[in-house]
Amino acid sequence: MNIYVLLKKTFDTEEKIAVSGGVIEDDGAEFIINPYDEYAVEEAINQRDAHGGEVTVVTVGDEDSEKQLRTALAMGADKAVLINTEDDLEDGDQFTTAKVLEAFFADKEADLILAGNVAIDEASGQVGPRLASSLGISYVTTVTSLKIDGETVNIEKDVEGDVEIIETSLPLLVTCQQGLNDPRYPSLPGIMKAKKKPLEELEIDDLDLDEDDVEAKTRTTDIFLPPEKEAGRVLEGDVQDQVKELISLLKNEAKVL
Amino acid sequence: MNFELTKEQTMIKKMVRDFAQEVIQPRAIEIDKEAKFPVDIFEQMGELGLLGIPFSEKYGGSGGDTISYALAVEEIGRVCGSTGLSYAAAVSLGASPIYYFGTEAQKEEFLMPLAEGKALGSFGLTEPNAGSDASGTKTTAVEDGDDYIINGEKCFITNASFAKTIIATAVTGKNDKGKNIISAIIVPTDTKGVKITSNYDKMGVRGSDTAEIVLDHVRVPKKNLLGDPQKGFNQFLYTLDGGRISIGALGLGIAQASLDKALAYAKERTQFGKPISSFQAIQFKLADMSMEVELARNMVHKAAWLKDNNKPFSKEAAYGKLYATETAFRSANQAIQIHGGYGYMREYEVERYLRDAKLLEIGEGTSEIQRMVIARQLGC
Ligand SMILES: Cc1cc2nc3c(=O)[nH]c(=O)nc-3n(C[C@H](O)[C@H](O)[C@H](O)COP(=O)(O)OP(=O)(O)OC[C@H]3O[C@@H](n4cnc5c(N)ncnc54)[C@H](O)[C@@H]3O)c2cc1C
Ligand SMILES: Cc1cc2nc3c(=O)[nH]c(=O)nc-3n(C[C@H](O)[C@H](O)[C@H](O)COP(=O)(O)OP(=O)(O)OC[C@H]3O[C@@H](n4cnc5c(N)ncnc54)[C@H](O)[C@@H]3O)c2cc1C
Repeated sequence: MNIYVLLKKTFDTEEKIAVSGGVIEDDGAEFIINPYDEYAVEEAINQRDAHGGEVTVVTVGDEDSEKQLRTALAMGADKAVLINTEDDLEDGDQFTTAKVLEAFFADKEADLILAGNVAIDEASGQVGPRLASSLGISYVTTVTSLKIDGETVNIEKDVEGDVEIIETSLPLLVTCQQGLNDPRYPSLPGIMKAKKKPLEELEIDDLDLDEDDVEAKTRTTDIFLPPEKEAGRVLEGDVQDQVKELISLLKNEAKVL
Repeated sequence: MNFELTKEQTMIKKMVRDFAQEVIQPRAIEIDKEAKFPVDIFEQMGELGLLGIPFSEKYGGSGGDTISYALAVEEIGRVCGSTGLSYAAAVSLGASPIYYFGTEAQKEEFLMPLAEGKALGSFGLTEPNAGSDASGTKTTAVEDGDDYIINGEKCFITNASFAKTIIATAVTGKNDKGKNIISAIIVPTDTKGVKITSNYDKMGVRGSDTAEIVLDHVRVPKKNLLGDPQKGFNQFLYTLDGGRISIGALGLGIAQASLDKALAYAKERTQFGKPISSFQAIQFKLADMSMEVELARNMVHKAAWLKDNNKPFSKEAAYGKLYATETAFRSANQAIQIHGGYGYMREYEVERYLRDAKLLEIGEGTSEIQRMVIARQLGC
């Protein structure tokens, strides 16, 4: 089976993020594999181990994305492809990424493509579905279970806490939701082996694309941090009065009632 | 000059940090409080290849370098000194001597399971009357046909209760000058006459196993003698030099943790209407801690780099061990101070850092012994 994983490098939202002049400061930010993509890598490795074949991890990114690709290789993926758009593109959006990937997949025979449910930075959840529809294959988002038997695929999909059960067939693109699996740590031998695994680097030229073909369809006008959380307020006095005060505050101040 | 970690080293650091944070950290208080050796954590570390980092793949290791190993010890020490000490001792003391001085057969039989993380090893040098002064070793190994018969007593031996093998030092004879020859012999712990008990109630590193060993007519084949029968002593000096890098790395981990906790707390804690991090008295403490942590890191990494590049590293390993462990103690002490009354409480963890750090100034050569090693290198 030919398995592909779409992987994005993103900053670690658990670390401190600084915004200045409407852009996120790269210095000091920690970069990681988008956590949902880790589920995709883990699932790809498990499916390969069960059904044979090869796992290729693909990213659209910059030179530094190599680190995240190497980590995926260390987890057990077989090959990696870095589509480096650093020099050619200014600001891409989901359209850009999907378009670049479409060109990449044009001559590939993918049986299964796995992506994350969303990337935690922009959280659009669009790249996977866009790619599937331009490749003309089925897709299922937010999967929490994936069972493949021949061409038949049985899926459990998370729908806001409920489970939807779906039967479909290969070729297929799925986006992975928390609960699908427990991503492994790359082992030491895995890390040492990753060094020797193939990592191909492409530019949009190599995919016969022009800047114009992939120009973003959206424009980011501003980026800002959410307002700082203010200290909580403790109501005092008689419980009856506290309840009254709380309701009044929820109505008049917080305006949620 | 290049101060940057390689891609592999960066990945190893990140992996161990994630593992330590997610698997060990939630249990660190309990490990200390219950003084219970976390066997299952060591099984997981074994599966990840952490116990074989500095050994070649041929012997079941991961083929990493000393720097990678030091990074791993630091990251584990950052969340749990007990786990960090047992880890460092298993690799540097329990396994390394076999890797450096063992015969091919010894490596296959004894090193493989350790490097693959399927078993733990111990190093038994210290005796009730021979601590800093190893030449006072009383344990004897007397030849009997193809075997040695070992008699004696070892104390304070890390991991022994959970070990498959102990490398025990013993007097095997006298040299031309009439001085005792001290050799190291691999003793499987299931050999008849080996009695291991761990009844110590320790100040710190409480979850690391520390045991007493009685060797009563323990018979092991002569082929278990490790390395040159005449040069046993120099061998374990080399072993201890390597071990010092890892204890330095462990100190570094505790010092870094102390700084991280103290800084975060100082920014959060308000007194006199301001975060205490805005008071110069607190700022200066944090500035000193941060500087010392970085200096300790540079020294530990330099010693590791020298070892990886086959250059003499004895003096630098002593610098690194001495400075990083004393930094750990100072930083932990200041972290408690910055936490005020809360720092004195187990829940805030910094008091544990201090208790754990204290051991590092004693084990694998006390701070005084480090200064003696350095002075000797200076030609004194
Ligand atoms: C938790 C723990 C784990 C340990 N793990 C191991 C292990 O795995 N294997 C092992 O073999 N040992 C182990 N040890 C033992 C440890 O290495 C010794 O405790 C250490 O070497 C000091 O020896 P000692 O306790 O006999 O102290 P002593 O040697 O009696 O020292 C007492 C004091 O005198 C000082 N001193 C001694 N000689 C001199 C001198 N010439 N000049 C100036 N000062 C001097 C020392 O620095 C120290 O301050 C462990 C100890 C502990 C507490
Ligand atoms: C075992 C124990 C017993 C105790 N018993 C009692 C008791 O019987 N009765 C009682 O009332 N209290 C008691 N305490 C509380 C103790 O007095 C306080 O912990 C102590 O006064 C410090 O206050 P804090 O813990 O809130 O630390 P903080 O005041 O928050 O101090 C944190 C750190 O900031 C520093 N700091 C604060 N302000 C400044 C400043 N302006 N400039 C520079 N540095 C500053 C402090 O020196 C400290 O290093 C006890 C505490 C313990 C741990």
